Amino acid sequence: MIVNKEMKEHMIDALKKGLRFDGRKNDELRKAVVEYDVSMTAEGSAKVSLGDTVVIAGVKLSVEKPYPDTPDEGMLMVNAEFMPMANPDFESGPPSSESVELARVVDKGIRECRAIDTKKLCIEPGEKAWSVGIDIMTMNDDGNLLDAAGLAAMAALKVSRLPKLNEDGTISYDEKTDEKLPVSKEPMLVTVHMIGDEIIVDPKLDEEHCSDARISVSYVDDKTICAIQKGGEKALTIDQIDKMVGVAMKKAKELRKAL
Amino acid sequence: MSYSKRNDGRGFDELRPIEAKAGVIKSADGSAMFKIGKTVAYAVVRGPRDLYPKFLKDPTKGILRVNYQMMPFSGVGERIKPGPNRRAKEISMVTEHALSNIIILEKFPNSVVDVYIDIPQADAGTRCAGISAAAIALADAGIPMKEMVSAVAVGRVGDKLVVDLDYSEESFEGGASDMPVAVTSRTKKISLLQMDGELEASQLKELLEKARKACAQINEIQKSALKEKYNVEEVEENDSE
Repeated sequence: MIVNKEMKEHMIDALKKGLRFDGRKNDELRKAVVEYDVSMTAEGSAKVSLGDTVVIAGVKLSVEKPYPDTPDEGMLMVNAEFMPMANPDFESGPPSSESVELARVVDKGIRECRAIDTKKLCIEPGEKAWSVGIDIMTMNDDGNLLDAAGLAAMAALKVSRLPKLNEDGTISYDEKTDEKLPVSKEPMLVTVHMIGDEIIVDPKLDEEHCSDARISVSYVDDKTICAIQKGGEKALTIDQIDKMVGVAMKKAKELRKAL
Repeated sequence: MSYSKRNDGRGFDELRPIEAKAGVIKSADGSAMFKIGKTVAYAVVRGPRDLYPKFLKDPTKGILRVNYQMMPFSGVGERIKPGPNRRAKEISMVTEHALSNIIILEKFPNSVVDVYIDIPQADAGTRCAGISAAAIALADAGIPMKEMVSAVAVGRVGDKLVVDLDYSEESFEGGASDMPVAVTSRTKKISLLQMDGELEASQLKELLEKARKACAQINEIQKSALKEKYNVEEVEENDSE
């Protein structure tokens, strides 16, 4: 998508009046819809749409040797693919910096508040533990893949069930047990953008292209943050950051209702 | 869990000892070494130079390209596999953002300024040390800049808010959160902000203020590193022009 200077000026003028091209208020989210278990082969999955932005997150479990520094804990891995089907600007090939950043921001939100109790994933200390792999696939990009991905990952984890582990160490993936993944917290990732000096949430693609800076915040609850990531080149004042993080808190509360 | 005294005896707002030196790599257009406690960062600047691949060229402005890497032996644990990994990729990108808004990119259209950040020895805070080093190196290379930038990690260790966490604090048993922050020297704006670990939302502003104060101190050290180089080598610099 090409965004020229004139369009950006027009957008900022409109935002100053509290108007957005799609008629939303500056701090209004698009409708978030979560659909669970969209892939039968995954141990848990969810499809999230934020307006026209659609992502699917799927969880696969495997048994692996724990890391030497955490012998009694299971593992967590988040990966994101910006698929060419989602946006004409996405190309196949090695992961772009943006997709790596997205995966790592989602990962930090889940990992840092210990949303999954990884100790409960240990099968045999130092030898065997469940490894949780979350893959986030973009289906259609109309802006704000970050928040859609965060919500989808959390939703997929919530409905994940362990497959049957046989006595000989093999896994029968086709037999799911009733045992759910030990999810103890539900962090919510919300990204707040600044275009010119205006603050908006949940940008559509054209707004995202005009964004000068963004702050992604993972809220564990209404008061506790477990991860922050600033993006974009524009430097911000402490007051601007304070305001943006405050907006994120309110929106996290709202977005949580979609789970 | 209470954290009553820092492991290395510092005050809670106190930075580790810092050394900075400009012009440490001869073949570079600009370079710097920045040492904070046991963490060491080298930054090398090459350019502005012709940009390849060609399709990245922008006729209206130049681009800044950052490559951050930890040397294989720089960690206390196992050997770190060399080459770009996901962490290095992300840090390179956020560093690019932190630096590119202080550079007047319009001055060198169609060109690139490459910044290489290498960490030979790490005790937490490597991306911040890299940014502080890179700012000195960019100035050393004579890249047109609006202002300088300095970076430090602040955070919570147990029940205390602290400045410049070392590795033992980052991995404190009673819980810690680590927040790397870069602050510009003149306009005092935040150009890098990341955080991981749990933190009360109400403590965020206090931490940012602490980072701002600490970065002002770092900035003084960066400036004296540059002054030191150019006072001593003033004649030589003029010769080369």
